[in-house]
Amino acid sequence: MMLPDGPILVESIPGKIWSKSARDPAFHESPPVLSSHRSTIRGGRSISLPSSMAVATEAQFHVLAVDDSLPDRKLIERLLKTSSFQGTTRFSLLLAALLSQLLWGLASDGRFGSVCAVTAVDSGSKALEFLGLHDHEESPISDQLDVAVNLIITDYCMPGMTGYDLLKKIKESSYLRDIPVVIMSSDNIPSRINRCLEEGADEFLLKPVRLSDMSKLKPHILKSRCKEHYEQEQHLQSNSSCISRDSHKRKAADDEILPSTIRPRHC
Amino acid sequence: MAAALTNQLHALVNNMFATGLLDDQFQQLQMLQDSSAPDFVSEVVTLFCDDGERIIGELARQLDKPNVDFDRVDSFAHQLKGSSASVGAQQVKNTCIQFREFCQQRSRDGCLKTLDLVRTEFYDLRNKFQVMLQVLPNVLKIHLTLSIEFH
Repeated sequence: MMLPDGPILVESIPGKIWSKSARDPAFHESPPVLSSHRSTIRGGRSISLPSSMAVATEAQFHVLAVDDSLPDRKLIERLLKTSSFQGTTRFSLLLAALLSQLLWGLASDGRFGSVCAVTAVDSGSKALEFLGLHDHEESPISDQLDVAVNLIITDYCMPGMTGYDLLKKIKESSYLRDIPVVIMSSDNIPSRINRCLEEGADEFLLKPVRLSDMSKLKPHILKSRCKEHYEQEQHLQSNSSCISRDSHKRKAADDEILPSTIRPRHC
Repeated sequence: MAAALTNQLHALVNNMFATGLLDDQFQQLQMLQDSSAPDFVSEVVTLFCDDGERIIGELARQLDKPNVDFDRVDSFAHQLKGSSASVGAQQVKNTCIQFREFCQQRSRDGCLKTLDLVRTEFYDLRNKFQVMLQVLPNVLKIHLTLSIEFH
């Protein structure tokens, strides 16, 4: 191969894989979803959390990304995880991180911006399946979401169900309609953009998506987060007959130290 | 020896930017690589190359049919345009835009000529990525660290 500075000798390296790569499965999640603990909290039973779930630097936000293109899914996932959507002060997170390291000896990568868990799926129907909604239903099978999703970000052009179709289904569901939805598209078509915004999309991003676009997502994620906290508090208060004054005090202290949504409750 | 390789890598990457093979979206990828994701650029580029090869195969298959479904051809060209835009593969992206115009015009000749062009450009780009990522992966990481300071 000729380069401006002269030829470079290229030798193929045996054993190096170039053209075959392990494909992501249709569902690609990281880190573990904050699933069944939510229902356990509502039941008011005390639970012993696996150490990975109790870490304060554990994901505080969960975004569902929908895109049929594998390189694009990789990109959006990295963009989301790199970005900082935190609403709490850095000090409380720092304290939480120090505590978690003391108590559980877990290595922290030291980046408080890495608080976003991302689930990436390759189609609208898989997205609805993940959200617990199936084709002909308005509400999911169980009476609660298995996972708390703070934002759905979807590509517009996808085979089968477009991002617009997915948006409509989400907004038609009384259960899902409050989750903010962001649409991405590589085509800058004003009528398309307007249609999506009118249908209830919170934001429309032009592809290729870049780091600076992530700040546009922050207000939607934080708003969704506050609402989620509020709803959790309502449910916890309705179980308050199980809670003594002492654990109320402890709850207040916990709020200072562990901003994570999932906290063990003792009745 | 290492210095000579570093210089050649710098020259390669700079050349790719200068000749319009890559645009600033590739720099976005570079910015997303760090100690928590040390192979990010290599992973995305690999996914793009696999995906691109698949799509080019589909385009050839579709255009080989006696009755070409131009909407289907267009949707494949759209896919390749999208993924090339996402990794900063500017030249391939622009050729895909041309491709889609021929699809709109229902021009089989135009599509076939553009397919040849996009295939050539894609494989040229892939070869250069291969040099960047396989022959010089450690040098690339140093280069990326340095280039962020200079951009």
